[in-house]
Amino acid sequence: MSIQTIAVVRKIEILAKDIYKVDFESAYVAQNAKCGQFVNVKCGDGLTPILRRPISICDIDKERNIVTIVFAIKSTGTKILSNLKVDESLDMIAPLGKGFSLDDLNTNQSDQNILVVGGGIGIFPLYYLLKESKAKFKSVFLGFRNKDLVVLEKEFSDAADEIKIFTDDGSYGSKGLVLEGLAEVIQKNRIHMVYACGPTPMLKGVVEITKQTGTPCQVSMEQRMGCGIGACLVCACKVVSRKEDQPFQYKRVCKDGPVFWGDEMIFE
Amino acid sequence: MKNPINMAVELAGVEFQNPVMAASGTFGFGREFQEFIDLNQLGGISVKGLSLKPRLGNPAPRIAEVPAGILNSVGLQNPGVHAFIKEELPFLKKFNTKIIANVSGSTIEEYCEMVEILSDTEIDAIELNVSCPNVKKGCMAFGNTGSGVFEVTSEVKKRSKKPLFVKLTPNVLDITEIALHAEAAGADAISLINTVLGLAIDIKTRRPILANNYGGLSGPCVKPIALRMVHQVSQTVKIPVIGMGGISTPEDAVEFLLAGAKCIMVGTANFVYPDATIKIIEGLNGYLVEHNIEDINSLIGSLQMW
Repeated sequence: MSIQTIAVVRKIEILAKDIYKVDFESAYVAQNAKCGQFVNVKCGDGLTPILRRPISICDIDKERNIVTIVFAIKSTGTKILSNLKVDESLDMIAPLGKGFSLDDLNTNQSDQNILVVGGGIGIFPLYYLLKESKAKFKSVFLGFRNKDLVVLEKEFSDAADEIKIFTDDGSYGSKGLVLEGLAEVIQKNRIHMVYACGPTPMLKGVVEITKQTGTPCQVSMEQRMGCGIGACLVCACKVVSRKEDQPFQYKRVCKDGPVFWGDEMIFE
Repeated sequence: MKNPINMAVELAGVEFQNPVMAASGTFGFGREFQEFIDLNQLGGISVKGLSLKPRLGNPAPRIAEVPAGILNSVGLQNPGVHAFIKEELPFLKKFNTKIIANVSGSTIEEYCEMVEILSDTEIDAIELNVSCPNVKKGCMAFGNTGSGVFEVTSEVKKRSKKPLFVKLTPNVLDITEIALHAEAAGADAISLINTVLGLAIDIKTRRPILANNYGGLSGPCVKPIALRMVHQVSQTVKIPVIGMGGISTPEDAVEFLLAGAKCIMVGTANFVYPDATIKIIEGLNGYLVEHNIEDINSLIGSLQMW
């Protein structure tokens, strides 16, 4: 169940230019949130911006009731959030959405090999997933535009068995896109499940590759949201329809997602 | 102790326990709000706009944010009137609140068919949506002119066994003329305003933010327009007016009642604060207590013009 609650900011860190990491304290959110879910945060008390900002959960410390979110400054809302101070309160509705599934599928989770693929600011929800997963072998592919935007490398590296970093311009790690060599890694490491979050072209590519390799894949989608609780129907995401007379259907990213199965997605 | 303040209002023969309702399109079929509020406390719920057949809705993005408001183009995504009756209405009827079915059609025949179907259900009233800006066929085309509103309202009225509210678009030259046509055609109440047609532009891509290009503006930024229209219409027609447009606080609700609305609907505010309706009901009660007003009805239309 999600609630509207007031959390308290405990720590703020700048990870890279315009990328902020905020730790907040909320017993309810820390104890109830699952990996891949998000919080919907009110940015300031004013009428502009009017809507809350959905931000994915990056990490949870259940013992200390601390939840970590990371966001990039994109507009007035996130700009206001970047000016938060320690001990200030944060009005949020949380936890929201359907997160990643860590279920056993055909293989026990503890016998699984997983691959986590993230791009840019899409990497953040994947960190808590990586920590929560009990998989036997965890491989991580992360892509960034350039060296200056590479963040949380150590954290991801500590939580994984294998990590590969890519930059678009080759200024750090391997030059190119995370999609390169992905099919080979899936086959070589006998991957049972792929988890992905990042820009749409990347997700589209990951889904195409996993369809070819026959690997189950979960993708975390992004869309402009209104309410975040499933009522307003604005964050529509095109998926295959189960009804014969319908070419496709729209699901709600906020309520039916943000995590969807790769094979149900229709990318355009 | 019994609350000495009367919050109940009667509208077109329907008794509402208080004048605060959830506006169509902002509240789904109530399910999502159960986690946050007690639906039994609401005056009423106007459900997500229904069409005869299920509708997929428009491509995303469907929302753009503007100062103190939003622009949407959902395009009436809904499961259709039959699925509503089968799957949503039994849920809604569990609560002690009035259920208003908001209906849209592409043709007069579609409106009539839906109203006939809904007349034999447990809904409390029908809200005729002749004002959705986000669908290509029908709907706002009827609401744009007095004659269009008259035609669809009078045909529907012949078939409706339920009180009929007609929801008007603000995107017209003279709202009073449209309202008079609705009244003459037999409307039991007028609800207004639907969203204001608008455009938001992404200067990086040089394209509209919404995939459907234009969308409907709502939120606090439209409130002065809505208040003016509620006042004009309530001064012009004899049937009651349901006011909406940017109501976010109890004070906003009081303004609409003063301007002449007998009931009010809360829309965009539900997206930001899921308990907005409840806070408004509580705040209205507080306002009445503070001002020694025993009956909310004495507030309605009591605005003194200069």
